Amino acid sequence: MLAIDSTRKMSFNRTISNGDLAIVYARHDNMKPVTVSEGSVLQNRFGVFKHSDWIGKSFGSKVFSNKGGFVYLLAPTPELWTLVLSHRTQILYIADISFVVMYLEIVPGFVVLESGTGSGSLTTSLARAVAPTGHVYTFDFHEQRSGSARDDFEKIGISSLVTAGVRDIQGEGFPEEFAGLADAVFLDLPQPWLAIPSAAKMLRHDGTLCSFSPCIEQVQRSCETMQSNFTDIRTFEVLLRTYEVREGKMESLEIDGDDGSNGSLPPCKRRQRSDGASVVSYPSSSSVMARPCGEARGHTGYLTFARLN
Amino acid sequence: MCSSENNKKRVTWEGCSVLLDINDGDRLVFARLSPAAKLKIGNKNCSLQPLIGCPFGTVFQLDTSSDGAPFLSPFQPKGNINNTEDIKDGRFQAESKDGPLTGELRDNRSLIDNNTAQSLTGEDIEDMRRQGAKGDEIIEALIANSATFDKKTSFSQEKYRLKKQKKYAPKVLIRRPVARSICEAYFMKHPLKIGFLRVDTLSLLLSMANVSSNSDILVVDMVGGLLTGAVAERLGGTGFVCNSYLGKAPSMDIVRIFNLSDEICKRIVRSSISDLLSQKESSQQNPKHDDGSVESQLNNQMCASVSMEEISHSSENGISDLGADNAENIESSTFPALRACKAIKAGEKASQEIIDSWKENGFSSLIIAAPDLDTWTLIKDLLPLLSNSAPFAIYHQYLQPLATCMHNLQLEKMAIGLQITEPWLREYQVLPSRTHPCMQMSAFGGYILSGTKICSS
Repeated sequence: MLAIDSTRKMSFNRTISNGDLAIVYARHDNMKPVTVSEGSVLQNRFGVFKHSDWIGKSFGSKVFSNKGGFVYLLAPTPELWTLVLSHRTQILYIADISFVVMYLEIVPGFVVLESGTGSGSLTTSLARAVAPTGHVYTFDFHEQRSGSARDDFEKIGISSLVTAGVRDIQGEGFPEEFAGLADAVFLDLPQPWLAIPSAAKMLRHDGTLCSFSPCIEQVQRSCETMQSNFTDIRTFEVLLRTYEVREGKMESLEIDGDDGSNGSLPPCKRRQRSDGASVVSYPSSSSVMARPCGEARGHTGYLTFARLN
Repeated sequence: MCSSENNKKRVTWEGCSVLLDINDGDRLVFARLSPAAKLKIGNKNCSLQPLIGCPFGTVFQLDTSSDGAPFLSPFQPKGNINNTEDIKDGRFQAESKDGPLTGELRDNRSLIDNNTAQSLTGEDIEDMRRQGAKGDEIIEALIANSATFDKKTSFSQEKYRLKKQKKYAPKVLIRRPVARSICEAYFMKHPLKIGFLRVDTLSLLLSMANVSSNSDILVVDMVGGLLTGAVAERLGGTGFVCNSYLGKAPSMDIVRIFNLSDEICKRIVRSSISDLLSQKESSQQNPKHDDGSVESQLNNQMCASVSMEEISHSSENGISDLGADNAENIESSTFPALRACKAIKAGEKASQEIIDSWKENGFSSLIIAAPDLDTWTLIKDLLPLLSNSAPFAIYHQYLQPLATCMHNLQLEKMAIGLQITEPWLREYQVLPSRTHPCMQMSAFGGYILSGTKICSS
């Protein structure tokens, strides 16, 4: 999914081949990751889609089912992956992810430590940011979950950038071998303050730390612990508001006062009102309008950033 | 001169670009370190020489030597500095047990504002200075001679101390100039120059456009080069960022503030939109029409303008100030001390060869931050230059142009996954029993229209 080597770069000429991962897009809220396999079919409410029809087509193509229904086949990106991955845990979404990568100042070549791995939503974006020469070491104390994440990293083609380990970071801290080598550390743990001293040990001078916690009590305690080794401690909340856009046709009405001298616009209709006055209806103007969507995520978590003293 | 690892370097070097944070963000100054570079703090001019070879994150304090010359020396912190709005010195240890709600009995009932609380006069302080008193000693003297200091609450004592420290012993923090710090500094001190692009919005643009190594990113950067620099930083010397423009090439001044290595600078190119749109054949028929004289003229002009600033700001010596107190300097956010020719290296004109390869393969993604261009006509032209399934993200301060653009993209079936989003960012003060959102926040970070290009049917 990432152009880690330039042969996998997206291009007009790059086509879908057997074994590729494609994101099947039916609607913005209906997407599914599918590994293309000759002889397989995808069945959904739009009909039956034969994978063999997809091979040789360009990513971004519209493909049809036996019933004439259609979907689009998209090349996976970390953003699309976050929307379609299987949730084994609560995951981070694009607003938090983007902010974390920017605020941890992650650039290619960085060594980043993460715990826990969870469903690997953030890990994917961390891997993109450190590519092609850096590395992400991610830890989770849940063996099966770590294994599933490892399978996912393989599937989306970032396994050369990510090492997923099984380890209880709150209990044991990060492995000693990373001491003084990490450029950035990310913590998403129930009791982050237990892992903060270890994070401090892992970081290089001026290295950055981020802790994600849903509850303010966790933040409070983490900040107290950070005081001893860290500076520039700042806590944020970041959310997204989405907008819906539609074209609205609106009729404008004007009372026609004195006959014959209408404004500059020619009336398209003239109706007789019950009281005798004539109402002129001008051509209904249509305009594109936007408004915020009625529902939104109200809280994800607090992001606390700090810099090693 | 610049190693390929510039962006990972943790120690400053001669010729490196730094962000100087003076007194906890009161003033933010971009500077290029050299033995001759000077920084003016208050009415004192001090050399930046001591900053060369120091780890980023080092705090310096302004002191006066026995012969009266001001100089910067590394500051040994007594406590930790926490970036909160009312009390900057972390009071966690002191307050965590008997918080303000239990222990504090003092308040401001007996404070009278009659300007007699301080018995030291300005002349007394000048005398102390002449005798070589350090900033910290002056602060202690001010506290000792304040009739009201002991009656203040510990919070306001801390505030008092901080206020005096800023005046008598200013601190200078060296920060790495990276996308985050540069964007924040401009947003705080000169947002117009970057089109009011907030750091969380910038971070979303980079994500939504899948900026990753080995990709070729097409940008329309009319935000001073901030976007181009941020993309180049993420590419890390692979792929390309192509800054495209209509008419005259826009300023990319901010790119030069990043400590980008030569390897990364080479990956920043520019091209006019018409060159990108012209058919491959026709562009070969009249080869490089504006490459010759026009191009060299343009380069000469850039050289000239850079060197002019070099002269006019020779006293500033490679320093561009984003401090609110220094209004006339705000405009000159270029680096006069920078070698003009070196500066131009980032943002060379894209070669015909590479333009042809983009025509052949398409760009990996597109980011637009062009407040003054018509969004819809721009994207209508540029979208076909992207490879299929390529993501794009468009920033705008106003909603309507994006709404119209999104509607048209839907009608023309050019893209899917279209969404307009508005980021919201709130900072918190976290202190024992005193945690709350910060009193001031940015109410608006702009809008983003994002989506994915699909094959035209």
